[in-house]
Amino acid sequence: MSEYVKIVIDGTEVKARRGEKLLWAALENDIYIPHLCAIREEARPNASCRLCFVEVEGTQDPVPSCTRTVEDGMVVKTRSPRVDRLVKTGFELLLSDHDLKCRQCPANRNCALQTIAKKRGLKLKQKRFKPVARNYEIDDSPEEFAFNRNRCVLCGQCVFADRRENETGVIGFAGRGINRVVTTFQDLPLAESICRKCKVCVDVCPVGALYYKKSPE
Amino acid sequence: MQLLDGEKEQILSVVDRVLNKSNKKREDLIPVLQQVQAELGYLPALAMEKIAAGTGVPAADIYGLATFYNQFRLNPPGDHQVKVCLGTACYMVGGDITLESFERRMEIREGETTPDRRYSLERVACVGCCTMAPVVVVDDQVEGKVTPTRVDGIMLELEAKNGQTGKEDQSAGGRDGRQEEGEQE
Repeated sequence: MSEYVKIVIDGTEVKARRGEKLLWAALENDIYIPHLCAIREEARPNASCRLCFVEVEGTQDPVPSCTRTVEDGMVVKTRSPRVDRLVKTGFELLLSDHDLKCRQCPANRNCALQTIAKKRGLKLKQKRFKPVARNYEIDDSPEEFAFNRNRCVLCGQCVFADRRENETGVIGFAGRGINRVVTTFQDLPLAESICRKCKVCVDVCPVGALYYKKSPE
Repeated sequence: MQLLDGEKEQILSVVDRVLNKSNKKREDLIPVLQQVQAELGYLPALAMEKIAAGTGVPAADIYGLATFYNQFRLNPPGDHQVKVCLGTACYMVGGDITLESFERRMEIREGETTPDRRYSLERVACVGCCTMAPVVVVDDQVEGKVTPTRVDGIMLELEAKNGQTGKEDQSAGGRDGRQEEGEQE
């Protein structure tokens, strides 16, 4: 068996490593699929951001491409009315409780949400869902970085990075539903927790939730 | 929440006992938390830290679990437990206002316990008597049509009850009197 399989994405034949997930195969071949929560090293994808949907020929409903393993001869479409509708809804829900003050955000112009909006022609200011202001206090207790949960999209990139870097995880998800947050044990400010200030979480944040107080030179 | 005298030792021994009976694996966490809560009445931070150390699961994950499931409480039950219904009927007639009134009177938030452990406040979803909305369950007593004025009344009644037992408390030296009660259990 060869190490590679051939799949067709949006009419283009591309090579993908056997066992690879569809999302990464597409991205490697410069085919864009929106995504926030996908982590390549993770054995079991979270599939929680609901943005990377694609249509796979022979499968009835759109599937999240981060969970679907490539198969030889697979025919994939990254866009279809059904995919676009799912992605739009997922995106709008994410933005309905997002602090949309882009100009004051350190991730402005370098934000995964802005990228998705641009690539898919979606609006950051959605009107379909009632906006929910979360009003969390900003945790600026560490010297070099801060955490603004009002901008957090709960993608889990920081939690994964934290667990890879630190033997004892510092941050994790807590709460449920609209109250779900990334936080420390007992909801303590980072400086009072067991955080070692390794900052791997800041480096992986796709939005401006975890950010450096001073932009690094 | 400040621990009472002797509570620390009790927490440590309960957690030890429960952990030793389990396999100390991630998948045993929920039963472990349930048993610890059954014995202590709640999940103190110290207990969660000990469980984290014993199972090798990050404390942040135990906290995540305990905050995800409604069955777990992070604060000790108060002497008087107030449960405000926010089911559909109660919510529609202003159950949230009732809850807010209690929060203001007790100076705590929903899910918390006053520092003296007299009162704890919770929200529940439907007690089964929607015609009496907004409903509040005070200890085991169901109260109907609880307006903010009635909240004041309920709190006065509870304080009066405290006053009666409080006299004994004072003669026995305040909080110590209550602890003796606890130890007998």
